[in-house]
Amino acid sequence: MKKSSKILLLVSSLILIGIFFFPLWTIDLQAPQYPEGLTMGSWINKISGDLKIINDLNHYVGMKEIVPDAIPELKYMPFIVGFLIVFGLVNFFLGNKKLVWVWIILFVLLGAIGLYDFYMWEYDYGHNLNPNAAIKIPGMAYQPPLIGSKQMLNFHVDSYPSIGFVIIAVSILLAILAIYLSRNVEHKQEG
Amino acid sequence: MFNAFTKKAILIGLTFAALVGIYFGCKSSKEVVSGDVAKAVYVPPGSYDEFYLFTSGGFNGQVGVYGLPSGRHFKTISVFSQNPETGYGYTEETKPMLMTSYGFIPWDDSPHPELSMTDGVPDGRFLFINANNTPRVAKIDLRTFETTEIIEIPNAAGNHASPFVTENTEYIVASTMFSIPIPQADVSISSYKENFKGTISFIALDPKTERMNLAFQILVPGFDYDLAHAGKGPSHDWAFFTCYNTEQANTLLEVNASKNDKDFIAAVNWKLAEKYVQEGKAKKMNVEYYHNVYDEKKHMATSEVKTAVLVLEPKDCPGMIYYLPTPKSPHGVDVDPTGEYIVGGGKLATVIPVHSFSKMLKAIENKQFDGEINGIPILKYEAVMAGEVQNPGLGPLHTEFDGKGYAYTSCFVSSEIVKWKLGTWEVVDRIPVYYSVGHLCIPGGDSKKPWGKYVVALNKITKDRYLPTGPELTQSAQLIDITGEKMKMLLDFPTVGEPHYAQSIPAEILMKNSAKIYKLEENQHPYAVLKEADARVERKGNEVHIYMTAIRSHFAPDNIEGIKAGDVVYFHVTNLEQDWDIPHGFTIKGLTNAEMLIMPGQTKTIVWKPTKPGVYPFYCTDFSSALHQEMQGYVRVSPANANVQISYNTTGKK
Repeated sequence: MKKSSKILLLVSSLILIGIFFFPLWTIDLQAPQYPEGLTMGSWINKISGDLKIINDLNHYVGMKEIVPDAIPELKYMPFIVGFLIVFGLVNFFLGNKKLVWVWIILFVLLGAIGLYDFYMWEYDYGHNLNPNAAIKIPGMAYQPPLIGSKQMLNFHVDSYPSIGFVIIAVSILLAILAIYLSRNVEHKQEG
Repeated sequence: MFNAFTKKAILIGLTFAALVGIYFGCKSSKEVVSGDVAKAVYVPPGSYDEFYLFTSGGFNGQVGVYGLPSGRHFKTISVFSQNPETGYGYTEETKPMLMTSYGFIPWDDSPHPELSMTDGVPDGRFLFINANNTPRVAKIDLRTFETTEIIEIPNAAGNHASPFVTENTEYIVASTMFSIPIPQADVSISSYKENFKGTISFIALDPKTERMNLAFQILVPGFDYDLAHAGKGPSHDWAFFTCYNTEQANTLLEVNASKNDKDFIAAVNWKLAEKYVQEGKAKKMNVEYYHNVYDEKKHMATSEVKTAVLVLEPKDCPGMIYYLPTPKSPHGVDVDPTGEYIVGGGKLATVIPVHSFSKMLKAIENKQFDGEINGIPILKYEAVMAGEVQNPGLGPLHTEFDGKGYAYTSCFVSSEIVKWKLGTWEVVDRIPVYYSVGHLCIPGGDSKKPWGKYVVALNKITKDRYLPTGPELTQSAQLIDITGEKMKMLLDFPTVGEPHYAQSIPAEILMKNSAKIYKLEENQHPYAVLKEADARVERKGNEVHIYMTAIRSHFAPDNIEGIKAGDVVYFHVTNLEQDWDIPHGFTIKGLTNAEMLIMPGQTKTIVWKPTKPGVYPFYCTDFSSALHQEMQGYVRVSPANANVQISYNTTGKK
């Protein structure tokens, strides 16, 4: 691969370190009596924000308490990201286009699984309600949207990807760009 | 004929009535304010006031928090008085705050709030306030707007000239309005001149721990020390105290203490006093006084009894204190923003005397003395005087500054505020106030950098200003715009207690530091329970400790049995909320004590002594959720000889 491509691969891997410092996804809540808003950030390794306050409010409608320690994904996701960084660095040294493709496909696949998993957690929290809840509204579920906005009782919920997710997207795009730039040089390099 | 005469009579009558109406209309205090003042004081819904105003509660022993320019009341901070609304002075944690060497005192008279300063400018860390009756100084933390420290002043009575601070809050001052035998003694009151003395106290604020400490006292002649202000800039090292009753009368002071043409402003070089203390010139005196500190992590106050104080005597300490003669029983003493002019409020004088700090230093250097009292040299009036404001109004009391070269003096008797120019001493404007203004307050008006936008008149007499409420009326403050050449009346607003003096500071300085909750993980209260699973009931002899939690919308435990008549029951309630503005209240039927309001993350304890068997409901008094009414529980009280064991349940998860 070209030198420029390899540098792109290096950048693509190294910026992934950034997702240890930023949330992947944020859910913002607003209600009349919460003008300051409540926020919850999903990271690869933790849940940040006003988790305690949100849990205290959720108990009225019978939602389970969100306990980060009970979410195993938060424990192994850092290792997956670590693996992807190391794999990316290996690609930077080897410059093997095929391996870069493997990396991209693996990353997209893991990302899709991650999003599906996130959706399933949201579904579980939103639907699996305590039958003894103080507030019960027939037919009402409290699953936040995966992407977008929704009114749930007095709360307006916004759920959107955050900086961590953007880093992932940029990382993948850089890898694709690296391959694109070296589309004609493969044989010489490998020969 | 008859008809015509009647018509004429009616006409004349109406004309007369109209004239009378015009006459009294003009004389009335209800004259219409000019221009569109509504806009100047209107703070739209959801918007904030530009300034905080802290008014002393005077005889209610508390501090009122208001907004300017709206005059809206936000909070009453409990300081020297019990408050059954929050439990201040009733809960086990706050009872020590009101302990003194005379025992537990549920009340005091608190005249002067004073903001802490850095470089002579209010810094928004603390508000100090004095207790006049049983001399004390309190410190309020402006992050929580709660009283966190109270120190008693020994060898004092009537702590009125207090708690004014030096330029960097190195010291907070206190004094004696009533001279007394020091040390206290059983002597005849008529032996006043021989046995009665005054003290001026300096309380140091430790810059690191931010705790107060009574550093030293100065023993002074037995006059009435009335008000104080510390110097700034060039006069940084000095503090000034007015005194009256230099006649040393002990009866009918209104006549007997008003005889002398001149009384004094005492100028104290505290920096030199500090040096004399370091050199060991101070004598250790055995006294007893309380120092009460509230720990915001333990949510608990503790009292320490101190037994000694260092006392300096002017005769051993040359250069430490001088008297500046000042006309006729001066009341206020105010130092202008440059630190050069010292304005006396000669309440019975026909002029406002202004002393010059630089002239004072020169007079000291040239020994321009007019005798001395107990080792305190009296400086010559002409040698220290900078000027006199002629015909200021009747009964000038207090002066504040706008930072633009003007001074504003309250005149109690002529019921007006008078604006005059520093340097030329000419009166440039005056505005009537309703009625009989005492102190006045410009935001930062006693500091180096006033925010000279408004002056607040703190009036002593209310009369017809508001809807009547029987013989006891509200207290009244008035807001006046001082941005133009002419002062402009903007607003009347009622205040609670007696708003003796006030301090004001831009909202932006305090808002950003105001705490929203107490953090649960920082709660070190020995009886706190930080999670519901730890809620429990423990018996120790006839004491029962209930470790209770409160969170929307239940208490844990909420069914308690095994209490017996005659037990002493401690409800230690921790509010587990960490959400902004979700306090919980607690009370139980028949509680011969106050309720308590517990802020998020806080633990409070109230003692209940049930005497009659039965079942007693308890509930949350502060409406914080849709299920507030459900936030309740029961305690079963059995006869003293019953064999019911302690048992309890919690509704929450383990």
